[in-house]
Amino acid sequence: MNETETISENKVPSSLTQVGITMKYTFLDYFRSRRFFILLIITLIVSAILTVLVGYYRPQSFLGDPTFDATTRELTFYSSWWGRSVPFVIILGGIFFGGDAISGEFQNKTGYFGVPNPIRRSSIYIGKWLSAFIAATIIFAIFAAITIGNGLYYFDANIPIQFGQSLLYAWFYLAAVMGFTFFFSSLFKSSSMSILVTAILFLFVFSLIELLVSTLVNVEPWFILTYGAGIIGNILNPQGFPDHVQHSLVRPGARLTITSYNAYVPEGLVIIGVYFIITAILGLILFERKEFT
Amino acid sequence: MTDPIIEAVNLSKRYGSFAAVSNLNLKIEGSKCVGFLGPNGAGKTTTLKMFTDLIRPSAGEALINGVNVHTQKKKALALVAALIETPEIYPSLTPREALMMIAEIRGVPNTERKKRIEEAVSEVRLEEWLDKRVGKFSKGMKQRICIASALLSDPTILLLDEPTNGLDPRGMNEVRGIVKSLKTKKRLIFMSSHILSEVSEVCDEVAMIDHGKLIVYDTISNVTAKFTGGENIVEVELQRPIDSELTIKKIAAIPGIITAEKKDDKNLAIRFSGGSDAQEKILSGLVKMNIGVISYRPASSELEDAYLKLITSTL
Repeated sequence: MNETETISENKVPSSLTQVGITMKYTFLDYFRSRRFFILLIITLIVSAILTVLVGYYRPQSFLGDPTFDATTRELTFYSSWWGRSVPFVIILGGIFFGGDAISGEFQNKTGYFGVPNPIRRSSIYIGKWLSAFIAATIIFAIFAAITIGNGLYYFDANIPIQFGQSLLYAWFYLAAVMGFTFFFSSLFKSSSMSILVTAILFLFVFSLIELLVSTLVNVEPWFILTYGAGIIGNILNPQGFPDHVQHSLVRPGARLTITSYNAYVPEGLVIIGVYFIITAILGLILFERKEFT
Repeated sequence: MTDPIIEAVNLSKRYGSFAAVSNLNLKIEGSKCVGFLGPNGAGKTTTLKMFTDLIRPSAGEALINGVNVHTQKKKALALVAALIETPEIYPSLTPREALMMIAEIRGVPNTERKKRIEEAVSEVRLEEWLDKRVGKFSKGMKQRICIASALLSDPTILLLDEPTNGLDPRGMNEVRGIVKSLKTKKRLIFMSSHILSEVSEVCDEVAMIDHGKLIVYDTISNVTAKFTGGENIVEVELQRPIDSELTIKKIAAIPGIITAEKKDDKNLAIRFSGGSDAQEKILSGLVKMNIGVISYRPASSELEDAYLKLITSTL
């Protein structure tokens, strides 16, 4: 560099601009990463298997009873294809892109590159969150596009309004899942630990608690995120939105009944929204306070 | 523009009962290079981390140009570039992209970014790797990119934590050259290092820390004069064995030499006072004696002697 040059005073951009800068470059990193490619391949394989199986066997569980009306059959298709699968696509997106987003800054030492600059930690956190959300949204959108493509093939351009609603709820759920995974990622300094704990929580613990609380104690599991996310599939139920409380016999003729709950749509949205807000704030506070020791 | 200042005011960092840094008071002001020395675990990196908001002080303040780093980080670090430990860069990015991110974050004008990145990368000799992904780089190459990132925004204060760590000898030499070239501008460089010769070569002043406490902060010449008494040792290797005690006495009589001791038949340890002028005269005297001098080198540097005396005294 020119030795005679004077020291320049660069104008540090606003925190909002810095959020955008962080988002742009971390998204680029996500987009080129092996994990993005792996999740894309998983999504394409699952979609391909569904496409081939439904196309070859034409099961009624997917295409509906031919004697039923068109709307019921369409809802059956979207409920089976989208309603059952998309929560897993979302959870995988959260784990893949959010699981170690913050813990990796400590364990991989990438934080030492970005943090000692004139930038608030909150700008880094929000920028990273947005980039992870966008990366997961791309996978989510690809799965939605394949679902719609198959729906158009079987039912022409008759996409039920409920699918649009379910799509929006699912996208909102993705935001909450990403908030939650970022929160857990902020809790740990080990990337593998944060990914593992998040995966176990979403894939086993939440479902188990939901089942135990509702069946054994007859308490509505309103405090579980996956319970609120039930609206994604329930809105597509061909028989209409299920009752809030359902009792069913353990087996035909038995005395013992099982109670299950279904969140109302507003209730589900509130649960998802509260999870998103609380985990986002807690994760941010944790990252602000965490030390690079 | 006023002189750059970094200041620790009663700066402390505790981990439970262990005090990593204890009531550190240090004010460094002006354009200069200050070496930050101390043994492993002395608190050097912890101090630098508190100056870059990587960790929070337990008590006291880390101030840069009078601004508290922890409470007003953006303002405090606006004119500061730091290289702490060996940072990693997002592996899928290229150096150009990683440096562009830092340039944008630091507000380098859009019209200058490309030029500055190319200059900075050229300075660390990684031009050929500018558009390759960082994930494939060695530790030393990543360190060079991080040094380039520190140069991008033309900072008035540079905080460097063992900047030659992880580099090969050529890389270490280049980084020392870069740091020396940065001194020619109006900059304050605060650099921790284990390598005393590096600090002697590059820095004007030295701050020594041990057990989290500041032991001394002064110019290198003052520190060495105060703690070594101005004495140095050179080791002399001869081609032929020294023939007699008389020769030793003749050597000891050369002006400036305090003592001359035979280590073995072909090696001498000469203690002398004075700087490089005295050293030159002694070498000249030895050559004139025609005793077959083939090697003449300092046994240790003055700074090393001072360091060892200071650190040993705090054990």
